[in-house]
Amino acid sequence: MSTVEATAALEAINVTKHFHVRDSVGSGATVHAVENVTLRLLPGRIVALVGESGSGKTTLARLLAQFYPVTSGDVRLHGQPVSGKRAGKDYFRQVQLIFQDPFGSLHPGHRVRYNLERALRIHGHAKSRADARDQSIELLERVSLIPAREFLDKFPHELSGGQRQRVVIARALAVQPSVLLGDEPISMLDVSIRLDMLNLLARLRDEEGLALLYITHDIASARYLSDDVHVMYAGQMIEAGPKDEVIQTPMHPYTRLLVEASPDPGRAGRSDGVFDETAMLGEPPNLVNPPSGCRFHPRCPFAMDECRKAFPDRTDLGNGHWAHCWLHQKGRTAELRTT
Amino acid sequence: MNALASVPDPDDDLLLDVRGLTVEYAMAERSVTACADIDLQLHRGEILGVAGESGSGKSTLITALTRLQRPPAVTTAGQILLQYENRRLDLVQLEEKQLRALRWNTVSIVLQSAMDALNPVMRLGAQFADVLREHEPRISADSIVARTRELLGLVGIPDNRMRSYPHELSGGMRQRAMIALALACNPGLVVMDEPTTAVDVVMQRQIIGQILRLRQRLGFAVVFVTHDLSLLLELADRIAIMYAGRIVEIGTSADIYAAPRHPYTRGLRDSFPPLHAPLQKLSGIPGTPPDLNELPVGCPFEPRCTHGFDACRSDRPELLSIRSGSSQANGHLAACHLHDARLQPPALPTELSAHVDR
Repeated sequence: MSTVEATAALEAINVTKHFHVRDSVGSGATVHAVENVTLRLLPGRIVALVGESGSGKTTLARLLAQFYPVTSGDVRLHGQPVSGKRAGKDYFRQVQLIFQDPFGSLHPGHRVRYNLERALRIHGHAKSRADARDQSIELLERVSLIPAREFLDKFPHELSGGQRQRVVIARALAVQPSVLLGDEPISMLDVSIRLDMLNLLARLRDEEGLALLYITHDIASARYLSDDVHVMYAGQMIEAGPKDEVIQTPMHPYTRLLVEASPDPGRAGRSDGVFDETAMLGEPPNLVNPPSGCRFHPRCPFAMDECRKAFPDRTDLGNGHWAHCWLHQKGRTAELRTT
Repeated sequence: MNALASVPDPDDDLLLDVRGLTVEYAMAERSVTACADIDLQLHRGEILGVAGESGSGKSTLITALTRLQRPPAVTTAGQILLQYENRRLDLVQLEEKQLRALRWNTVSIVLQSAMDALNPVMRLGAQFADVLREHEPRISADSIVARTRELLGLVGIPDNRMRSYPHELSGGMRQRAMIALALACNPGLVVMDEPTTAVDVVMQRQIIGQILRLRQRLGFAVVFVTHDLSLLLELADRIAIMYAGRIVEIGTSADIYAAPRHPYTRGLRDSFPPLHAPLQKLSGIPGTPPDLNELPVGCPFEPRCTHGFDACRSDRPELLSIRSGSSQANGHLAACHLHDARLQPPALPTELSAHVDR
């Protein structure tokens, strides 16, 4: 990150989200889904948000999309606080969310044309029918659905998964947003067409200057697409920085665990031994009763008393790389580097 | 009882020998061939990975292998020869009653969704007891508890979970319980259909580690089906790549990684961005997998292939033995005309002749 701070297109500042639920015997409980998280999305940059299921990635995306209000903290669009108000059309014209499942996010009873033109009309971008049609064709061409004219009259069920996700992206672009939030946008697509989709998202960043949030559990794809990587664990943001710093020299034990657990074809055939390292580690905690302090401490091989007592402050490691880990506060950073 | 007749066995180590297996989905008007002419050999204790995209026929292959298929899927040709005691059984010919004797004992299966595979209203212990009792009717209650404890211990689930219902377990724990259940009767072959797709990457790594350790200890063989080639490259001994219902390449994991010979395999391998190696722009594979109803006349991959020549459009390639960089007679086969000298193909692109060192 440069010294001159650019204005974020969209940012979450110290946001917290607690859900009130009833458990099986009917007594109330609180799910601590997102805890004091800060995230900035800059124009022309892609931030990858990685973590396991239940880490709060999707909740954070939905807070950013104003699906539900924050419990505390601020969401700011182009520097303007938006929390507290009910999000309206103006907000969604700026911020669009793409879901994981392209099969469930298009109206199955309507043609592609309708799905696109509706977004154009609602947001007042189309002056006439002919204009809506022309713009739809242009949108389809932007997401490489060619020949666009043919795709206009197809029903979602006539398209493959990759083509459907392209239509979903085209529909999000119809609104002319400045921020796209992608919640695992490729995980339901076939392997051979995932890269195509990632390349499309990269093009939107490079050519149109969109600010993008890419949520994934696949670290290799996060590295391929993003500029910066943020890592969440059990509702807490534990590490972030330029992608290769975070992935090649993780500065939080959890990030290191994630990277080591990820499949890496280049490692294949070396030994079976690498699998043993993580074997005895547990699972992410229940967020109704999260562990005290750093929520990773029950699984952490480096855990000490401080970790149980308090969540560590942020340690800046230079070059925009930071982590929340007591090791840095206690001068034990070097232990993380050993293999 | 024809199928039970003993056949002389030339290869002691061979556990499963699939020959010409063809599975069709019989529809009213026409039928669709989901698996065509599949040949596979699996040795004792070996892990064979099967990789393919949706619609490649990999799940159809699994249900045919385990004889769990339901209409409209029908096995229309081929044999599934399973070494059983000193005989070789053709699973395709067996009656349900005979199959029942083999299930769990000789062949077991782990499915993708453990939540759906476990009975939601039975405690975990009772489900283990069911399986154990089915195959050893006179087993004592104490032995059942002891054996269940041992099995759960194998996959790192604490004893007290025997009293839990499936919904009380995490997704990863359920999946590990399924693996323990599949091993309950010491099968020689465990078939796994995307067992780690629904779990997180750390749990995936734990499960893979457990499969490898248990295989070493108990010596069972595994057929592991997944769309995730990067995972198979780390797990499997040999890998078969399926495309449009056929095996298009098969070889050791090392050869599939370092010297893929079919353009599809190569494209699939390069569809996984590296975790540590230098990044470069990757393009995946252009186009989409074919509709099995409208397969091209020639090579089914030809419309997406950048190396096609005339023969690819007119004739479907058969699996041919490939001389690999690493070793020669290691059973590396690929179905690609580019490697068939008789057709006088254009010069082989370097990416399909090179050998990458790890």
